[in-house]
Amino acid sequence: MITENSWQTICPTSDLIKNSGVCALLANEEQVALFQVGNDKIYAVSNFDPFGKANVLYRGLIGETKGEVYVASPLLKQRFVLNSGACLDDDTLAIKTYETRVTDGQLEIFG
Amino acid sequence: MNTQAQKIVVVGNGMVGHHFVDEMAKHAGYEITVLSAEDRLAYDRVHLSEYFSGKTADDLAMTTPAYYNEIGVNFFTNAKVTHIDKAAKVVTTEAGETYAYDKLVMATGSYPFVPPIPGKERDHCLVYRTIQDLEDIQASAKTGKVGVVVGGGLLGLEAANALKELGLETHVVEFAPQLMGVQLDKDGGALLRSMIEGIGVQVHTQKATSEIVDGEECVHRMNFADGSHLETDVILFSAGIRPYDNLAREFDLALGERGGIVVDNYCRTSDESIYAIGECALWNNFIFGLVAPGYTMAKVTADNIIGGEQQFTGADMSTKLKLMGMDVGSIGDAHARTEGCKSYVYSNQPDQIYKKIVVSADGKELLGAVLVGDTSEYDALLQYALNGIELPENPDGLILPSSGEKPTLGVDALPDTATICSCLNVTKGDIIAALDCGAIDVGEVKSSTKAGSGCGGCAALLKKVTDHELEKRGVEISTDLCEHFAYSRVELFHIVQAEQIKTFDLLIEKHGSGLGCEICKPAAASILASVWNDYILKPDHVSLQDTNDVFLGNMQKDGTYSVVPRMPGGEVTPDKLIVIGEVAKEYNLYTKVTGGQRIDLFGARVDQLPAIWKRLIDAGMETGHAYGKSLRTVKSCVGSTWCRYGQQDSMAMAIFLEDRYKGLRSPHKIKFAVSGCTRECAEAQSKDIGIIATENGWNLYVSGNGGMKPRHGDLFAIDLDDETLVKYIDRYLMFYVRTADRLTRTSVWLENLEGGLAYMEKIVKDDHLGINAELEKQMQNVVDTYQCEWKTTIESEEQLKRFRQFVNSDTVDNNIEFVTERDQIRPAQGDEKKYGVQIQAVDLTPA
Repeated sequence: MITENSWQTICPTSDLIKNSGVCALLANEEQVALFQVGNDKIYAVSNFDPFGKANVLYRGLIGETKGEVYVASPLLKQRFVLNSGACLDDDTLAIKTYETRVTDGQLEIFG
Repeated sequence: MNTQAQKIVVVGNGMVGHHFVDEMAKHAGYEITVLSAEDRLAYDRVHLSEYFSGKTADDLAMTTPAYYNEIGVNFFTNAKVTHIDKAAKVVTTEAGETYAYDKLVMATGSYPFVPPIPGKERDHCLVYRTIQDLEDIQASAKTGKVGVVVGGGLLGLEAANALKELGLETHVVEFAPQLMGVQLDKDGGALLRSMIEGIGVQVHTQKATSEIVDGEECVHRMNFADGSHLETDVILFSAGIRPYDNLAREFDLALGERGGIVVDNYCRTSDESIYAIGECALWNNFIFGLVAPGYTMAKVTADNIIGGEQQFTGADMSTKLKLMGMDVGSIGDAHARTEGCKSYVYSNQPDQIYKKIVVSADGKELLGAVLVGDTSEYDALLQYALNGIELPENPDGLILPSSGEKPTLGVDALPDTATICSCLNVTKGDIIAALDCGAIDVGEVKSSTKAGSGCGGCAALLKKVTDHELEKRGVEISTDLCEHFAYSRVELFHIVQAEQIKTFDLLIEKHGSGLGCEICKPAAASILASVWNDYILKPDHVSLQDTNDVFLGNMQKDGTYSVVPRMPGGEVTPDKLIVIGEVAKEYNLYTKVTGGQRIDLFGARVDQLPAIWKRLIDAGMETGHAYGKSLRTVKSCVGSTWCRYGQQDSMAMAIFLEDRYKGLRSPHKIKFAVSGCTRECAEAQSKDIGIIATENGWNLYVSGNGGMKPRHGDLFAIDLDDETLVKYIDRYLMFYVRTADRLTRTSVWLENLEGGLAYMEKIVKDDHLGINAELEKQMQNVVDTYQCEWKTTIESEEQLKRFRQFVNSDTVDNNIEFVTERDQIRPAQGDEKKYGVQIQAVDLTPA
């Protein structure tokens, strides 16, 4: 089955946890880690840690270095920049990022 | 112009010969040929005895044919040189091969001296020098029960250790009145003797062997000049070395009166195209039987060949080693033979420690030292001696047991010429030069200078010097927690306490910058928990917690968690045990008993955790904090309640302590143990807090550690009553919690604490800082505000929402897969997930 990408409604924004992560499941079974940083900034990246090969990134700590916001993998602490998916510790690996928007208090992901 | 490469021929491929090749190969324009009489290339003779503790010939090898090929060196083994034609500059080997040279380097080494005793050629009379010798010793040892080493010097004692490890009843026979007469003075030698006898090696001094004949019970009988005798199956001669100088003798190079190829400061022999280095060379009428001077000679020779001006000017013969597990060190004038010198001696018979320093007549310079039983001051003393650093006013402070005010030798005081690594002769100046060339840490300094690649004994000093020099050039060895806080953990702890700060947001707003990171957030969370002991998953705190704390479980490699209920002192009722079993069965969890006397259940998905914990809590259990940097377990034996030997009720004490300190958040995990008697079944001396029952109460040990860097706990106080014991632990732990760096165990913390154990004793026992009441109050607050974090969690609807895998679905993570092994689950590995085939853990099927 081929699914076209589209905006998918995930959850009310009140389900997000400030400065921490939750995980969403897309229609195509991709897992997306969602982070709310501060009061309104929301990031969506792949939940799969390419180093540890496990679906855990949403449980990582959010950090910041020189203005760039990242999540540190809970397994071995590799850091992934939230708005680009780039890995700060190994430039040969990166993770997928997703667009998000909020409509009527509902978080939507394009994927 | 003659562009042909100069031909360098090296005779011998021991450690020094090899070092020369390494040095010479750095320079282009030379064709190097190595001729070795042995059938293998250079290997490490310094660590030869490790051959018996499992190292192979390959492990000991210092080079390989591949390496010599790579650096373009020609080499021939089994190529014994038998002829030198000095006029034609050609050497000939036993097989008749000839090799022309421009420069010839003799690195033929030495052979063990066997005294001319009748019977010395009997079977099972051996020496200890080469790998072949070791193989012979091993073979002989299998046929006998008793072994004797003739010679009580440094090498003799190493040989004795080898015999002992091979399971023989071991004797050392020495002609002189004491052991290690070159390195140690009389009292040091006497202590070493009693220590060696203490581990079952018999020492016979002032014995001259007159003959070796057939024994009655053993293979040999050694008859001594004084009429006594000793029966043995194996004899090892270790009575010194003699230079291999027969080639030089035969082909007319100048020799010393008692052998050795005479060399000048450039290591040149009497023929200016021929050099001699290492143990075959005689410099200033002295043969250096250590590897470091040989390395220096190798370097000087290579330098001279390329036209340099380096000279060999003698070598320091100071030495530090571990003999049969005993520490021995000797520096410079150990025998106090310098005119007008004075000595300071510290002797501690119960602990088997002897230390002596020899100082100059004016008391300003350190001339020599003898250390037996404790060589911890060796490095500092050696630096004083080698660099003529002026001694402090009371030099005896350098060897007295730590009184908290031991004068310390700052690395800044070392001159650039100070040798840091004596094996590879790397000076402080060389380290500075490496940093100038761009090295940015110890690792890079090591790889560019090779410092620390010999015996490795200089590692700590090397790091100190490197860090200090980096600091000097502004490369800060920063104590800042991270880029968000320009404070150390200790400073932040004080800020939190003094300003009554209760959240990370306020802390970073007032004292930091940016958003924080995975370093400062968990550190702040730990400090806030130690001071205020709030529920760690409160909305203010949840985003600060590290991997394990944030879901109150230990995350495993596949993202599942392990579950560990607390089991104080390892005590568990059958009913609780049954519940644990039922839970494990119902959720199909891998079950294992831990080292801390409790049970670990693996493979729980995050969404299963609350239900699992509800079952455990309903059955009367609580969280074990296995996930936290906090008190883990108090291990215990059954003590006087059951055990025939028990002195006190260690079980009750363990349970009391585990209940008291559970939930205490600290810089790192904390482990306790309580043993009911001195048999120490609970292994308390390897724990952060260790308690051993005595007839009169409890002995308290502190800052022990197992794990990566084992450390025996220090005895802190003896025969304490229950109340004092708890007070001391309160104070000790809370002081640790306040002052340790993040992720620092109590062992490392104590070792780095200025003043060390003595300082802690002053604080805890004498209230030196006047803060004991405060420390106790703070601990009591932690005790009073304890809550089972899992109980709080399962009672909160809000919290339970966090334990869903998906915020928009009730399905579970389909990437978590298990296979069955030994009747339990384990995570599926890559290929097992892809192909569904199980990989065997131990595959012993014949190929």
